[in-house]
Amino acid sequence: MQIGHKTPKNPNIPHDSAIGHVSGTSVYIDDMPPAHNEVFVEIVPSPVAFGRIRSIDTSKALAVPGFVGAYTYRDLHHNKFGPITQDEILMAEDTVYFIGQAVVVVAAESRSAALAARRAVVLDIEELDPCLTVAEAIRRDQYLDRTYAIKRGDVEAAFAEADHIIEGHFSIAGADHFYLESQACIVYPQEYDQIVIHSSTQNPSEIQHVAAHLLGLNLNQVVVITKRMGGGFGGKECQSTHPAVMAAMVALKTRRPARLIYNKDDDMQWTGKRHPFENDYKVSFTDAGVITALQARLYADGGAYNDLSTAVVGRALTHIDNAYFLPNADVVGKIARTNFPPNTAFRGFGGPQGIITIENICEEIAAYLGMDAYDVRRANLYGVDERNTTHYGQLVANNTLPELFDTLLESSQYRERRATIDGFNQSSLTHLRGMAMTAVKFGISFTNKALNQANALVNIYLDGTIQVSTGATEMGQGVNTNIKMLVAEEFGIDYDKVIVMATSTEKNNNTSATAASAATDLNGSAAVNASRKLKERIAEVVAQHFASTETGMGAYPDRIVFADGYIYDSRKPSRRITFAEAVNLSYRERVSLGERGHYATSGIGFDWSLGQGAPFLYYTNGCAVSEVEIDRFTGDMRVLRTDILMDIGQSINPGLNRGQIVGAFVQGMGWLTTEDLRYTRNGALLTHSPTTYKIPNIYDLPATFICNTIQNDNKVNVRGTKAVGEPPLVLGISVWAAVKNALSYVSGESIPTLNTPACNEEILSRLTYYKRLLERQDNNNHAFNEGFYHDEASVLLPRARSHAAGRAVRSNLSGKRARSKSGKADKGVTA
Amino acid sequence: MDADDKKVTKSGSGITRRSFLAHLGVAGVAAASLTTPGRAQPAAEAKADDQSGDSMVKAPPGAVPLTFIVNKKQRSLKIDPRTTLLDCLRENLDMTGTKKGCDHGQCGACTVHVNGRRVNSCLTLAIMCQGDEITTIEGLGTPEHLHPMQQAFITCDAYQCGYCTSGQIMSATALMEEGLPPSDQGIKEAMSGNICRCGAYPNILSAIKMCKQSTKVKS
Ligand code: FES
Ligand code: FES
Repeated sequence: MQIGHKTPKNPNIPHDSAIGHVSGTSVYIDDMPPAHNEVFVEIVPSPVAFGRIRSIDTSKALAVPGFVGAYTYRDLHHNKFGPITQDEILMAEDTVYFIGQAVVVVAAESRSAALAARRAVVLDIEELDPCLTVAEAIRRDQYLDRTYAIKRGDVEAAFAEADHIIEGHFSIAGADHFYLESQACIVYPQEYDQIVIHSSTQNPSEIQHVAAHLLGLNLNQVVVITKRMGGGFGGKECQSTHPAVMAAMVALKTRRPARLIYNKDDDMQWTGKRHPFENDYKVSFTDAGVITALQARLYADGGAYNDLSTAVVGRALTHIDNAYFLPNADVVGKIARTNFPPNTAFRGFGGPQGIITIENICEEIAAYLGMDAYDVRRANLYGVDERNTTHYGQLVANNTLPELFDTLLESSQYRERRATIDGFNQSSLTHLRGMAMTAVKFGISFTNKALNQANALVNIYLDGTIQVSTGATEMGQGVNTNIKMLVAEEFGIDYDKVIVMATSTEKNNNTSATAASAATDLNGSAAVNASRKLKERIAEVVAQHFASTETGMGAYPDRIVFADGYIYDSRKPSRRITFAEAVNLSYRERVSLGERGHYATSGIGFDWSLGQGAPFLYYTNGCAVSEVEIDRFTGDMRVLRTDILMDIGQSINPGLNRGQIVGAFVQGMGWLTTEDLRYTRNGALLTHSPTTYKIPNIYDLPATFICNTIQNDNKVNVRGTKAVGEPPLVLGISVWAAVKNALSYVSGESIPTLNTPACNEEILSRLTYYKRLLERQDNNNHAFNEGFYHDEASVLLPRARSHAAGRAVRSNLSGKRARSKSGKADKGVTA
Repeated sequence: MDADDKKVTKSGSGITRRSFLAHLGVAGVAAASLTTPGRAQPAAEAKADDQSGDSMVKAPPGAVPLTFIVNKKQRSLKIDPRTTLLDCLRENLDMTGTKKGCDHGQCGACTVHVNGRRVNSCLTLAIMCQGDEITTIEGLGTPEHLHPMQQAFITCDAYQCGYCTSGQIMSATALMEEGLPPSDQGIKEAMSGNICRCGAYPNILSAIKMCKQSTKVKS
């Protein structure tokens, strides 16, 4: 049955928490008033990255006024869990595996007493030799999970006949989520060992599972509620589980409500980050810059336990093509086990680490061939009718990439500005400019098929208002607003007649994390399905009603229209009743006014044993051009201008989507330019507060910032929309690539190398390096052979990476080089 | 953000710290003498002379009396002298609109006005505010009567998760008083102490500019 609804005139309604946010009345976990008998919980963390526990002395803590209790793993029913492989220990038993791993949990009457008790616990730990780099993990042969691979064609054959080959190593740094609200939860014990957990989490069902399992409860004894988060970004997908379970343990033990709130420093030291990657690559290409084969070995630093690393590496492998066709590919991913907190989901989920690998390769091919990197990218772009399947075999359907590239090239005046930059760099002695266009083609769907489902509960009340509950959690991305709009539009009623309720496992069972940018797609579709079932029933009642009160009308439910708060038969719009009247009619006819909807994404699937399949429902595409200016004396970098162009389908709420695009871009830019995680030799994070860990502030915004979208109907998804939460983060790579491009103006014959993050210090060290390099070349007047690797001296603490280095290993065709400058080929060695 | 070099503007009532203390006299001090157990009443209903205490801390030894004006209401309580203004507002006075981000003076989430000047309440000891006039997000406007800056933040969608928002708005309103820099770059610089991980920056900038156009703000 097709029951009509009208599309709204102004889709830019404010965020559903708008008034609360601006008036300070939005409630986050720690804003919930304490219950009179509440206890505060603190964690005594491992101070060492790897060690054997000799003894734990809590006697001094017992003496702290207000002390309530101290608990260890012995107070848990089970101690092992994990979302993919069950390898994680919640509380250390005899060995600690990372700094911040919980050893003891203390509870006390006040925050200060809990803190005092925490400090009074004495741990005696014998330090062992930790593994703090991917290289060391490889040497020790310690990995999490198995090896994952995707192959197409024959890379060796392609290499054998290649015009050119570049081989290199690329270090990709991690990043802290830095959600402004740190991990937080409050647990209320109930009758019969039931518990209610309020958590700032993206994944209530995960907490429900782990809490039940580790505390020896059935799932139906645990309710998890999430009203909102002060930011999540992936960091609250799995890692909010730890505090929630420990607080729940205390609540059950003490029979009192228990509150556990991390402070920012603890949060940054104890929780997992974006996965750092160490990638080796070898790429062959033609004189025209067209890639013929890519071989890559991706090593993710998984930390101490798997967490979501398997899926993160999977996404890195399926995104290493990004927007570019790879006729031959051989990509393999492994997860190194190190002694850091388990690295976890972070907006993009491995996708950005795969994508920057190939974007870096594009820059290197361009620098090597003396081409503009735009032309290299354009030449490799996925085609519409040919060259349109990914290395894992999925068709790139509804491909808007060529349109995006061509449009942005024009609108950003890329060519004109390139000429200006060339001139500027020749004349300026103080500053250096660079520019790059990079792309994103981001696959939407969970790579684990079972997660691609959702359920929703829609309840209609007798005054014509509606409550909707889904498994989606609100972390600022506006999913509640989107769902509210979808439901209101289905019923043709005002948005303010619909409220999206706090996410609760009591209303929506077995839900997926709010992640993979898919929350609106999945939960919105489920809510629409529920709404449509209700509409059918109401339409039936209303049609009968019209038929019995209007002569000659007859009952035709499929002619019934829901619009502007009214319900009418399309043949006679003047005879109409309000939505609330229709609801009351239905009630009197004893028709159910509550409904569950379910949605499962169809037509997706992936087989890792083959490395082939169609794991994504569709791709969200986009591209961005960024231009940067660098101070040659300080390395200080500013973004002069960024132009973003995205295909996000038919937007439900363009305002919210714009916010997501800009916010994600800024986050991506921070990851690659300012956010520098530094560790001590023993693996302790030094940059654990905003004092030393710099996320972008408002001053770091591109001075000119232009963000547009193209029109495209994404037929496969709810209302033709496309998910937008993660993909634009990847466009932050354009800033990093622009820095690399700027360096190419001073790197002489070398392909410039640049680590992430390209913070000012990193940029300055590269500038200094090339200055010295060119001076030496001038002096010696012959090829400088060590040129492609970074000066050893600037490599720092143990976590630090060896330098990213693209190295031309072969140029087959003597004299047939596109590059006009000479000398580079001399540096090649045969692979 | 510590606006040391910025012009310090007196709050609307014209009360200086000195005159306020004199005005307060004996009654105020008497009201501040004891801490009652149990949580303070919700901020909205709190009496001018209420005696608030953190039941969880139970009037720690060495607690000292504090009297100041919060959102135009006189408040008197006894607190541990180490309590920051942020914790005092959130824990002792149950005003949770002011948020804790870093607790180190680096994120701006906790920004409030002290005598019309923006300060990071996490870096300010409550006891240093003896007699001062504090304005928090709750005192700026209410859901029914929003301050023009609050309205501008809604119009411009200048938030996502909302956690930094009260700090952003308090900082922005103080900036209007300090004298809004004429250029975007100037506004950005003056707002750079308030970080937003959601990256709502362009909209925050628009909101401030919109507010400047629509009205001359007095906070
Ligand atoms: S909480 Fe005060 S500045 Fe961060
Ligand atoms: S809105 Fe989330 S931190 Fe600013």
